[in-house]
Amino acid sequence: MPNLKDLKNRIESVKSTRKITKAMQMVAAAKLRRAQDAAEMSRPYTERFNAVMAGLAAAAGGEGAPKLLSGTGSDQVHLLVVMTAERGLCGGFNGNIAKLARSHAAELKAQGKTVKVLTVGKKGRDAIRRDLEDSFVGHVDLSEVKRVGYDNAQDIARDVLNRFDAGEFDVATIFYAKFQNVVTQIPTAQQIIPFSVPEGTEADEGTLYDYEPSEEAILADLLPRGVATAIFSALLENGASEQGARMSAMDNATRNAGEMIDKLTIEFNRSRQAVITNELIEIISGAEAL
Amino acid sequence: MADFKFDLVSPERRLAALDATEVQIPGADGDMTAMADHAPTITTLRPGILSVTHAKGTDDYFVSGGFAEITGNAVSVLAEKALPKGDVTREYMDGLIADADAAFEAAKQSGQGVDEADMVRNTLVDAMRAVGV
Repeated sequence: MPNLKDLKNRIESVKSTRKITKAMQMVAAAKLRRAQDAAEMSRPYTERFNAVMAGLAAAAGGEGAPKLLSGTGSDQVHLLVVMTAERGLCGGFNGNIAKLARSHAAELKAQGKTVKVLTVGKKGRDAIRRDLEDSFVGHVDLSEVKRVGYDNAQDIARDVLNRFDAGEFDVATIFYAKFQNVVTQIPTAQQIIPFSVPEGTEADEGTLYDYEPSEEAILADLLPRGVATAIFSALLENGASEQGARMSAMDNATRNAGEMIDKLTIEFNRSRQAVITNELIEIISGAEAL
Repeated sequence: MADFKFDLVSPERRLAALDATEVQIPGADGDMTAMADHAPTITTLRPGILSVTHAKGTDDYFVSGGFAEITGNAVSVLAEKALPKGDVTREYMDGLIADADAAFEAAKQSGQGVDEADMVRNTLVDAMRAVGV
């Protein structure tokens, strides 16, 4: 029979675990609201940007288009930018993104392509490094960043573009989790180089624009910004997804801890009752023996 | 005077959405003023002052770059960095100029886009004078 004192200790320890998970859940809820606001704020920019880009890309496609739009003409080397969280304890969030990236990498390798991996966020690096050590080319550390800003996205974009200019890869794809709601985050792969119009973008067709200075100059100016914009919105989606995932994971943990406490308490009460019964039997049989 | 919809958005937030009568835009090839029924135009921005005239007066914003989309009844400015002119500080501008300097040095090293980087640096200095910090 388990010792009463041991049981009591276990109940106490599960109770303090529950306190911690509850607190984490509430912190995640507060952060989630902020992350969602940030994602909301960036939406007008991203939507307008993509609409204009879609129009420009359709008009400028074909011969002589910038490489960022038309590609290098080959798709031999793929760069996978895997964006995850800096911290764990958020359910399957990091694992799901890493899994999608890994299966993508395996598919590409099976087709005989070269895969390079750039990670953003510590958790993704740890998960990817184990399996794709030889493809690993770099890591962006955001652990010091409290609030992701456009500057962070620009830094990552600059890194990616420098590698592209140096001819290190032909196609770049970013991996992140799209925020659906608190319980659902969808791991997503999105190609950013060559530029592809994100799904659900409505191009303003039918309007003939004057371009200043020129269509080509604007396109050349906007394409690198497009990379930064795509990365920025992915970072924000990821931020909201991470907090959402953490919130539901911690909610589950809190509930499990509650169930465990109930179970342990019943066991504790039973054991105590057994001890009391035992003592009574001893006293009664002692009295009868007299 | 006819009004049109004016939007100023940066990746991080929407700074303005209002009905304006006149918008002066620091275009890459020079300043331009958009009024209602302007021909549809897309222009890139240089760092400078964007000035919006509306029913209640005039608002000035500092923008660091990006582009503007002008249609007959709307002007959307998508700026990479934008701030109300009054909020711009000397440190903020110095930071931007330091970045531009670094980009210029990097361009000099690689030998690519030196003139462009130099121009960005110079327009930033001009913009700083225009802001008056």
